[in-house]
Amino acid sequence: MLAFVLRRILQGVLVMLVVGFIAFGLFNFVGDPVALMLPPEATGADREQMRQLLGLDKPFYAQFATFLGNAVQGNFGISLRLGRPVSTLIVERLPATLELAVMAALIGLLVGIPMGVYTALRRDSWVSRALLTTSLVGVSLPNFLIGIFLILIFAVWLGLLPSFGRGDTVNLGFWSTGLLTKSGLKALILPSITLGFFPVTVIMRLVRAEMVEVLRTDYVKFARARGLTDRTVQFRHALKNTLIPVITIAGLQLGAIIAFAIVTETVFQWPGMGLLFIQAVQFADIPVMAAYLCLVGLIFVMINLIVDMLYYVVDPRLRVERSTVGH
Amino acid sequence: MRIATILAAAALVVFAPALEAKTLRWSSQGDITTMDPHGNNEGLTNGFLGHIYEPLVCRDKQLKIEPCLALSWELQNPTTMRFKLRPNVRFHDGSPFSADDVVFTIERALSDTSNFKPYLAGVKQARKVDDLTVEILTDGPVPVLLPQLTRVLIMSKAWCTKHNVMKPQDYRNKEETYASRNANGTGPYVFRSREADVKTVAVANSNWWGKMEGNVNEIVYMPIKSDATRLAALLSGEIDFVLDPSPQDIARLKQDPKIKVVEGMEYRTIFLGMDQKRDELQYSSVKGKNPFKDKRVREAMQNAIDLNAIKSQVMRGLSVPTAVMFAPQVDGYPKDLDVVKKPDLEKAKRLIADAGYAQGFEVTLDCPNNRYIADEKICVAVAGMLSKINVKVKVNAMPRAQYFPKIQNNDTSFYMLGWGVPTLDSQYALQSLIRTAIPKTADGDYNLGRYSNPKVDDAIDKLKTELDAKKRAALAREASLIHVQDVGHIPLHFQVIPWAMRSNVSVVHLASNDLLAKWVKIQ
Repeated sequence: MLAFVLRRILQGVLVMLVVGFIAFGLFNFVGDPVALMLPPEATGADREQMRQLLGLDKPFYAQFATFLGNAVQGNFGISLRLGRPVSTLIVERLPATLELAVMAALIGLLVGIPMGVYTALRRDSWVSRALLTTSLVGVSLPNFLIGIFLILIFAVWLGLLPSFGRGDTVNLGFWSTGLLTKSGLKALILPSITLGFFPVTVIMRLVRAEMVEVLRTDYVKFARARGLTDRTVQFRHALKNTLIPVITIAGLQLGAIIAFAIVTETVFQWPGMGLLFIQAVQFADIPVMAAYLCLVGLIFVMINLIVDMLYYVVDPRLRVERSTVGH
Repeated sequence: MRIATILAAAALVVFAPALEAKTLRWSSQGDITTMDPHGNNEGLTNGFLGHIYEPLVCRDKQLKIEPCLALSWELQNPTTMRFKLRPNVRFHDGSPFSADDVVFTIERALSDTSNFKPYLAGVKQARKVDDLTVEILTDGPVPVLLPQLTRVLIMSKAWCTKHNVMKPQDYRNKEETYASRNANGTGPYVFRSREADVKTVAVANSNWWGKMEGNVNEIVYMPIKSDATRLAALLSGEIDFVLDPSPQDIARLKQDPKIKVVEGMEYRTIFLGMDQKRDELQYSSVKGKNPFKDKRVREAMQNAIDLNAIKSQVMRGLSVPTAVMFAPQVDGYPKDLDVVKKPDLEKAKRLIADAGYAQGFEVTLDCPNNRYIADEKICVAVAGMLSKINVKVKVNAMPRAQYFPKIQNNDTSFYMLGWGVPTLDSQYALQSLIRTAIPKTADGDYNLGRYSNPKVDDAIDKLKTELDAKKRAALAREASLIHVQDVGHIPLHFQVIPWAMRSNVSVVHLASNDLLAKWVKIQ
């Protein structure tokens, strides 16, 4: 078990290095932050001086080495746009993104699972057909469009919910939460629905497919033969077994939600990491971009690690030593 | 009945209660980047900090220079300007304002990590004479000293010393500076709180020396990046003012009774530049020679471009076509030269045939796509117009973070640029855009096509040290005249910038694109 985990962690580190390297390579194409930091009337000498100040005059590999050295110590430098330490910025923004992501994931589970179950049990009802068709729309509609529609309806026409921002927040130590104020909760509704739309459709389709499969298995038939009620069979036996793969997918979806919150955060001016990143891209704010990409890489690596370990626990075949598997 | 109405109206005028104090919530695309007034020389940041900090001299509603922290000024000799400071002014922390603060500020803004050195071009140092008198010494005569000083905001020496922010943010350090998240000025608003990318709040300063004309007692700035969301927030009443509504929404906004759109000309000129230095263009089908070196080609292109069509088709009316390089608000604007000629395709074809390019040629037009209003669309329109004289233009549009480094290296054959004149003096445009470049100086540092005419240089060099306003205007006209005749650049238009607000808000539109809350009234 330990060897397995260590191997996985080593692989994770390798992935992180590659992510960092590719990210850094890309920065050569995002442009020159100095052009945005200095006014047009600055002279060439001013620009050269600023470039030296930022270490941008050094070659790519030297910049990368400096970055790695500092990153290992948790220092990602100073944001060129905001003039503040990147690590502080990220810690400040993390709660907003996590609250939004968790809420979106909850919506995905609490709406997606019942809908999946329903469509599996009542395959031919018109409600099921309608839900399946809508879910197709949900999969294919871009995220920002859903967001804009919701803003138009609930903020502009009905005036019920705010169109942007996070409302009032309460600071609990290092964690700033919007869950404890009325305006914070109101502000959370539209963005979390927007971000949760895709997971809802994915989970619903997955649950439906799995459930249809499980309902055909022998033990369900036996359960019915034993004279158990439909309810017991469907929920005690079928649903339970359906949920195992769903939990895995849901875990991976959480990573995707965090990473793809960028669009939703931009549409709603949600002050999370995604918004920080998108503004960094426009400003060619290299330290922020580097830190963000590494962080998202880290989140994925960790989720994968946890999922792998769960498999290891769940699936006995993985525990067999490799040498004994050979032919 | 009629009398009653008149009486009632009179009563309303006489007894109209003073407007209730209100909060102004406003927004634009990006966030203010720092609270340090010498930290980041960027339009929005400068505009917001102008509420909290003040310069020695300000601009009034017509952008004329007026006393601010300096009450009066006098030239002692061509290189020394003496300022009498306003007495009894206090910083927001209660400490008194004096000559020491001015001397300190000039030093700070001149330090190596400052982004405000361009506004102190020619300035050597400041010297205290007494508590309320200060002298600014320059290397030579600096005619634009006052306009430059409107951009240098005064900080408190004691406060900066106490919080160890004697210099602006140094990006080599790992820590942010105290001054980037706190502020202590003398201005009409006091900094209250800031959350990056969320909101920045300032409240009215009850001890301000000036008179507040508006009724805004709190300003809340909230950036909203997405154009659609920003507009939605304005329509739903969550914000009162949008500095940068997107041009395609203006027509619709004007229809909405709840919304008011105020338009005004910005002091920014959009123009095209051509490489006139290289013997062979880098990005063209012509080999062995440079067509842009031939004045007839430049003139032909100018005659093929229909500025009014760009105004109506691309800019939706939001531009003022021009034939010169700087706007009417700028001192030295040559009104008689600013005559936009009708496009003349016949003449254009004749000229380009005379130059030996009847068959035309190909060239790449470099263009930003997120810097000026409709920038990329303008370039595409220009390409279409030039195709009529067989000049096949390939538009190469890119984001500004990539665009500016490229053209700053003169890595272009044909480019578009917009140039604002914050000093409101022609020297600033002439020196940077038209004068022959001298590396590492402001001379020609944005003359990216490297147009060069010794007579123009001569006039501009005289302008740099001439202090008499009339002679300056004559020199600016002389340089502009030769440049227009040479077709050194192809000016397109001045940008018109619309501001959108709730209909109960009244503002003063400034060509500097700054919103000043002290003049804002909310019903």
